[in-house]
Order: sequence, then structure tokens, then C-alpha cells
Amino acid sequence: MTVIAKPSSALSRALDDRTVLGLLFMVPAAALLLLFLTYPLGLGTYLGFTDAKIGRAGEWVGLENYKFLWSDAVTRLALFNTLFYTAVASVIKFVLGLWLALLLNKHLPLKSFFRAIVLLPFIVPTALSAIAFWWIYDSQFSIISWALMRMGLIHQYIDFLGNPWHARFSTIAANIWRGVPFVAITLLAGLQTISPSYYEAASLDGATPWQQFRHVTLPLLTPIIAVVMTFSVLFTFTDFQLIYVLTRGGPLNATHLMATLSFQRAIPGGNLGEGAAIATAMVPFLLAAIMVSYFGLQRRAWQQGGTDR
Amino acid sequence: MSDIKRRNFLKATAGVAAGAALGTGSALFPASAAAQQVTFTPEKGAKLRVLRWSRFVQGDIDQYMVNVKKFSAKYGIEVRVDNEGWEDVRPKAAVAANVGAGPDIILSTNDDANLYPDKLVDVTDVCTYLDKKYGGFYPVCDPYLRPDGKKWIGVPLGVAGVCLVYRDSHMKAAGFDKFPRDTDGLLKLCKALKEKGTPSGFALGNATGDANTWCNWLVWAFGGALVDKSNKVVIDSPETVKALEYAKELYPTFAPGTLSWLDPNNNKAFLDGQISLTNNGISIYYAAKNSADPKVKEIAADIQHANMPIGPIGRPTEFQLFFNQLIFKYTKYPKAAKEYLRFMMEADQMNPWVEASIGYVTPALRAYEKNPIWTSDPKNTPYRDSMKNMVPSGYAGKMGYASAGALADFIVVNMVAEAASGSKTPKEAAERAQKRAERYYKV
Repeated sequence: MTVIAKPSSALSRALDDRTVLGLLFMVPAAALLLLFLTYPLGLGTYLGFTDAKIGRAGEWVGLENYKFLWSDAVTRLALFNTLFYTAVASVIKFVLGLWLALLLNKHLPLKSFFRAIVLLPFIVPTALSAIAFWWIYDSQFSIISWALMRMGLIHQYIDFLGNPWHARFSTIAANIWRGVPFVAITLLAGLQTISPSYYEAASLDGATPWQQFRHVTLPLLTPIIAVVMTFSVLFTFTDFQLIYVLTRGGPLNATHLMATLSFQRAIPGGNLGEGAAIATAMVPFLLAAIMVSYFGLQRRAWQQGGTDR
Repeated sequence: MSDIKRRNFLKATAGVAAGAALGTGSALFPASAAAQQVTFTPEKGAKLRVLRWSRFVQGDIDQYMVNVKKFSAKYGIEVRVDNEGWEDVRPKAAVAANVGAGPDIILSTNDDANLYPDKLVDVTDVCTYLDKKYGGFYPVCDPYLRPDGKKWIGVPLGVAGVCLVYRDSHMKAAGFDKFPRDTDGLLKLCKALKEKGTPSGFALGNATGDANTWCNWLVWAFGGALVDKSNKVVIDSPETVKALEYAKELYPTFAPGTLSWLDPNNNKAFLDGQISLTNNGISIYYAAKNSADPKVKEIAADIQHANMPIGPIGRPTEFQLFFNQLIFKYTKYPKAAKEYLRFMMEADQMNPWVEASIGYVTPALRAYEKNPIWTSDPKNTPYRDSMKNMVPSGYAGKMGYASAGALADFIVVNMVAEAASGSKTPKEAAERAQKRAERYYKV
């Protein structure tokens, strides 16, 4: 009895220890993260340094993939497209989202109905809404072109996806349509955490609506803005489905994003190593976006209405 | 079954055929009786898993499964058939080959077999047998599945033929009695169609099927090629530039928006009457024929097909989506798998399947040129010759990772699109393609 009891008492003593127990409880989560996040990420990064093909393990080639990608005009174009797409779409999504959030925060009739309906574009699966946009932008069947023709405003169908710059802006517009609700609803949640007493105090001090917004709303909203914009930028930067359905990166690769190019080279093209390298090359940009919002917008002084030194 | 014997046989039969009368049925070949002795006794308790590209037309899969059931009933072998979009089969097959586990048989596309030839079961016996019995495989099968000219690493199935689809009445209205046979004539026709307000339209977006087929055809028709026989990249050539200058002249005759077109766009535009000429599989015609809309039915009556015109090089240079059937070495039942492929390629199964697929697939064996589907409706006839007129993928070099990668990266399509739209001069576009291709073929 005593012989058997000894180890079990050691175990029960260990289980009584809060540190041990805490670590133990974290094991499942840690295992999941390691297995499904760290391992694939590590493997992807490793593959970027090899010449692996689909179905054939590669050999270590060091920075060769990156050297090539830097000299490859299509990759450079994809990098430019991605930055342009992310910058323009994120800024517009933020402005529209904030505007929408402020509107929804007002006492409107049917308030909860509007709040629910705003979320619709976000709820519809991207692939489906992308197909809808594909028809909207179709060079022969576009509803927009058709309507404008009927109204006599244009004399020729608009080539939404056939001209490089048109295609860039068309895809950005579709991305904005999809992304605004997320920004709006999250900011709305943030707005509702701001105590009305601040506004009362401000109006007693004679603050104009703009001043209220500038000195009460905006500073108190920045933590939420930081989070929501980080996510928004990350989603936009890594967008794939929308482009893949609408253009597959065309015309003339004008809408190829890093994500779509990475897929095209890695899976249909079979160059797993190169595709992985393109995907890995996105990481620094994503980290930078996180850093900017984290260190840039999470400043205490600014949030408390002061200025930074 | 040595190669020499096969050649002698071909010589002999050619002589016999010429001596007797041209066009005698393959059943009359004297050797077919001897060839029939080839059988592969399936292993006991064999089970098969087949992965194939999912159907383009419903009749295909329906009849395929009927044939599979016949096979199961005859041999008592359970066969499971999985379907995947054809572009998704490639990565799966490659992974299966590398990992050494997966479906016993994979029906895949294009240059796949050349990515892992050493992982595939030698099917020379099956192919030699079929070759003898059914009038021979078309020569274009060799670079795909008999890269060394001796050993078959897969059984050719056929191609999804692409032809020119046009509106007969619009062509006549544009002043043409017959569809032009050469590239010059095609350009004139396209210009005339544009003037009449019934333009042509060819996909120039990143369309895996339609854009690749016509852009490669164009470059080859003018004597250009991505690589030469030794896989040296030679796309930046005077011939390519000529082809691109032609594309530049052709492009203004297209309906607007072709730079954005993906595979379905030309089908939609054609069926809506917005374009009168495009390149496509037989699907446009059948969609029109089976439509309930009387307007679209009218279009069906007006549709005609023509083989891709011949360029200055003087011979057909069509490019088609090639289907192969591969048995992987990891299979536990190679004999059953061989017997399965033999069974499926036999006339009793193949003929109904080709008919059910309404001519979407042009089989790899010459004997099936006599299938009634090609002549019962004369509009189907051009698709019969899709394998005959074909130039293999990765022409004029050898297939492998480089050719597959270059095709998937739309190097030729982008080059034609850049030159056609005027965003680059033909020379610049060719130079850029040269650089991009050199990466794949690593200089």
C-alpha cells in the first residue's frame, strides 16, 4: 500500500501546485497552436528556402527564391498591387466604417434592424459575393453598364475588369463593400462603451459637435480603432478569394496579390518553394502593420486627450 | 512486346490496308485476334480507388459509372470513383505519387505523368495491346506518356478538343462562304465581323482553358515556341514577334473586355449573341441545343465549328487539354488496375462513353474516329480531329516541372495579351516572356 501510495501522493502534491496545474491546463491549447499554427508557419518558412516542388521534397537553396522574386517583374507588380489594394481599401473602409458607426450610434427609428442589416455583406460567404460582383463587373452583362446605357449616360459598356486600373479599383470597391460592416459594427461597439457623461460635460463646456468628436470620441475610440484596423489591414493584405473569383490576377497581372500569386506559383504551377517564399515575404509587411497600430495608436497620452512629447 | 515487333506490325498492316482499301475498319486487322489474348488476371480480393476530373458534361459521368458497374459485375472488384475539379487533381496526384499512398488510378491532365515517371506502373503491355487493336494511338500521345519512345507510363485517354465556334449566318453576312483555313483568312473574317457589328471574342485573361489553347496555337502557328528540342528557351524569336503582331491586329476586332475574360465569359457572351466567333470545347453548342429558350435554340441551329486555322508554318498547331490515366506503383493491385484501364478503353465501353460525353472528349485511339457521334451531327466533325491536329504541351521541348510551371504561370497568355492590348510592343512582350520562361527552365 505504502509503496503504491508514494508516487500518487507526489502526483497529487504536484497537482496541488498552482503553477504545475496552470501549465497542465495550458497544454491542450499550446498543443493545438503548435500543431496547427507554429508547425505550418515554420514549415512554410522552411519551404521558402528550398526548391521543393509539389510531390517532390526540395533541397536547401538559401535565399535563391527571394533573389529571384526580387528580380521578377510579376512579383514586384504583385507587391505593388497588394500595397496599393491594402492602403486604399483600408483607408476607405475606415472612413466609411467610422461614418456608418456614428450614424448607427444615433437614435434612429428601426435602429436594431439597420444594425442587423449592415452586417449582411460580412455574413455572405466571400466566394458568393465575389460571384455576384463578377456578374456586376462582367464586360457583357454588367448591370451597372446596362443601367447607365439605358439612362443614356454612357455609350459603351464599362470595361470594369479588362483595363488594369479599372480592374484594380473594381476589386478594391468589392473588397470595401465586404469589409465596411466589420469595421462599422466593431467601432459601434466601441462607441457604446463611451459614457454619455463625457458628452454632457463637453456640451456644458460649449463644445461643438466637431470638438466633441475630436476630443472625446476619437481619443476614447483609439484602442478599438487600433484593433479593428489591424484586423482590417491583415484581412485585406491577405485577400485571396475575391481576386481569384473576379480576375485570377488578370488583366496582365494587374490585380495579382501576393496571396494569389503565391497560390498560382505553388499549387497549379507546382513550385512549392517559390510560392512559400512569396507567402513568407508577406510576413514582414503584416508584422509592420501590427507594430504600427500597436505602438502608434495605443498611446496613453493621446487617449487621455493630451499630446505626445 | 518489343518495339521492333510493333513497328513491323504497323508496316505490315499499313501495307495491307493500302493494298486492300483505305478506310477498312480496325476489326479487320489480322493481328487483333492475337492481341486479344492479352489479359490481366486481377489479384484476388482486389479493390480499386479511382480519382478522376469531374465531368464537363453530365452524360460523361453517368456513362462512366455505368462502365464501372459493368467492370465490378464482371470481375467482382469493388471500384470507388472520386471526382475533383480537373485543376485540383494535379496537386493531389503529385502528392499521392510522393507520399506513396492514395488512389490506385488517377485520371489527370497534361504533363502530369512527366513530373513523377518513376512512380508510375509500366503499362506498355496494355498500351501495345490497345494500340494494335484500335488503329494506334495518335503520335501526340508519345511526349505525354511514352517520353522515351519505348515505355508507356500511362494510358492515354484523349483530349477535350477546342475548335472555333462561329455563327454561320454572321460569317456569310460578313462576305465569307466558307470558313477560312489559314490565319490570314481568319484575320480578314474577324475584321469583317467587327464591321458588321457581330465581333469575335477570345479570352485574354488568366483563363486556364480557353486563353491557353488559343494563345499557344497562335505562337506555334507562326513557328514560334517557348523552348527548342533541348529545352532551351527560344520564345524571343522573330517568329513569335510575327505572331504577336498578328495578335495586335486581331485584338481590335474583338468584343470589348476580352482582357478580363476567364473561361466562362466567351460561353456566356456567345450564347447571348454578343459575339459570333470564339474558341471553345463543344459545350457552347450543346448548351444552346439543349436550351429551353427558343432564342438560344435558334443560335444552336446557326452554330458551326471549324478547326483552328493553319498559320505560316503550314500545319495544324492546335493545343488541347490532354487526359491521361495513371496507375501508381504503390497500388496493391496493379493487375486489376491494368485490367480496369484495358476494359474501359475497349469499344464496348468507350463507344457509349464517347457518345454520352457528346463529343467533349476526343479519344486517343484512331479507331474511335469512326464513332457515329462525329458524323451523326456534322457540326461535331471538327472535334473528331482534335488529337490529329494537336501539338503537345511544352513543345518543342520535353515535358516536366518546367513546362507545367510555365503553363500554369500564363507566360504565353500574358505575352499575347500584353502585345495584343498594346501595353507592350511585341518585341518587349517576347523579351519578357523569355525572361520569365528562363526561370522555369533554369538557364
